[in-house]
Amino acid sequence: MRLLRPAVICGGLLLVWQAVVWLAGTPHYILPGPARVAASWHAHVGTILDHAQTTLLEIGLGLALGTLLGVGSALVLAHVRPARLWLLPVLVASQAVPVFALAPILVLWLGYGIASKVAMATLIIYFPVAASFFDGLRRTEPGWLDLARAMGASPWRTLWRIRVPAALPALASGVRVATAVAPIGAVVGEWVGSGAGLGFLMLHANGRMQIDLMFAALFTLAAFAVALYFLVDHVLRRALYWQADT
Amino acid sequence: MIPPDNPLSPQDAAVRVQGARLRFADTLLFDGLDMALERDRWTCLLGPSGVGKSSLLRVIAGLECLEAGALSIPGDGRIAYMAQQDLLLPWLRALDNVALGARLRGARPDKARARALLERVGLGAEAGALPRTLSGGMRQRVALARTLMEDRPIVLMDEPFSALDAITRMRLQELAAALLAGRTVLLVTHDPLEALRLGDRIYVMAGRPASLREAPVPAGGPPRNVGDRALQERHARLLERLTAADAAGAPGRRAA
Repeated sequence: MRLLRPAVICGGLLLVWQAVVWLAGTPHYILPGPARVAASWHAHVGTILDHAQTTLLEIGLGLALGTLLGVGSALVLAHVRPARLWLLPVLVASQAVPVFALAPILVLWLGYGIASKVAMATLIIYFPVAASFFDGLRRTEPGWLDLARAMGASPWRTLWRIRVPAALPALASGVRVATAVAPIGAVVGEWVGSGAGLGFLMLHANGRMQIDLMFAALFTLAAFAVALYFLVDHVLRRALYWQADT
Repeated sequence: MIPPDNPLSPQDAAVRVQGARLRFADTLLFDGLDMALERDRWTCLLGPSGVGKSSLLRVIAGLECLEAGALSIPGDGRIAYMAQQDLLLPWLRALDNVALGARLRGARPDKARARALLERVGLGAEAGALPRTLSGGMRQRVALARTLMEDRPIVLMDEPFSALDAITRMRLQELAAALLAGRTVLLVTHDPLEALRLGDRIYVMAGRPASLREAPVPAGGPPRNVGDRALQERHARLLERLTAADAAGAPGRRAA
């Protein structure tokens, strides 16, 4: 049943897609049918996977860097009061600038290579991670803090032994959101200027009217994004062993 | 008719609060309040909810600062604290929850002692269990073991049994009475029966700002039998007194 339902959903969507192509009679350079896209994927599998590797690397590095920076900022914000007063407004204001608007600047500064895309992904991942972890750190059960004080704990050990573990579920939610949006950062970066990656491949195919290849790259990206999400979700569930599965 | 407050001489008192004043938001909870905890005895603090019992306990625990007055705890001033919620950390197994204090002070926990304490509260087999797999009564027993692990002469308990069902509560009262005998205990409770079972002294806190009156305890040492006639008589009288205190005490909760 667990596998049957997604299979039925995917199969149904493919059928609808093929039906639209047949009934509307759209030319293949506007909307290619699933069979055509599959054929294109098969024909270009080497190229697609090469580019996918680049995009995945960008997403992976962005996730690692964004999470690291987000966790670090949240810890500083939660533990150092002046930091909270001075940095929190900056953090919030930084989110008012759309990351997409920054893409051309990042490409200008960091070049057409992988660095500008990693920076984009990092930027897009940083905020949900920092915000949710900081929120979790601020909402420690007050009774635990009372207990820690009565036990003679230092603020540092209270942070490390109680507030941080207590905030891990909140951090996990942030990382889940970040994983879902991470591909956006990488692909937008690739669209603005790059020589590799699935976003680049899609633009390239679009320019040559290889719409079937464009779709093949798009589905590859979607498949990797979904797989990455489930992988991260699985790891997080295992790591937060004390939480009841719901 | 009622004995005056604080008949204790200084050498009998393990904790002494004098002229205490505390405000919660804009409400003056108590002012000029005196209380002493008799050394190595159980003192029970009764009173309507919101009167400031827990606040007084939190003052002694060092979790709340007095606006005026003095708190003196001879010795190193360290206490053990137990609350209504078990406050077990959900990511730690029962044994590590019992040993939490040492970890929080950066010391190496004595796991053998923690294990022995878990056995004394009847949870020797549950040492490796996560809190969410334990029942409410079991969790509160782990919390009791954690309190004992701190090994302080003074133990402050804020309604530790009130979230439990009647049978579990009785068992835990007996267990706590046995394991905490010989320590100075302050038990805040809203249950007069619990106070009458466990208290060497009972204070009723009432009024706003609140004051303390001592209530007589039945003969015999705690834990006293619930079926005891004298205890039941006192229970009835104490309930009457608490009802009167509740009606007179908190003007904010009465229709104007």
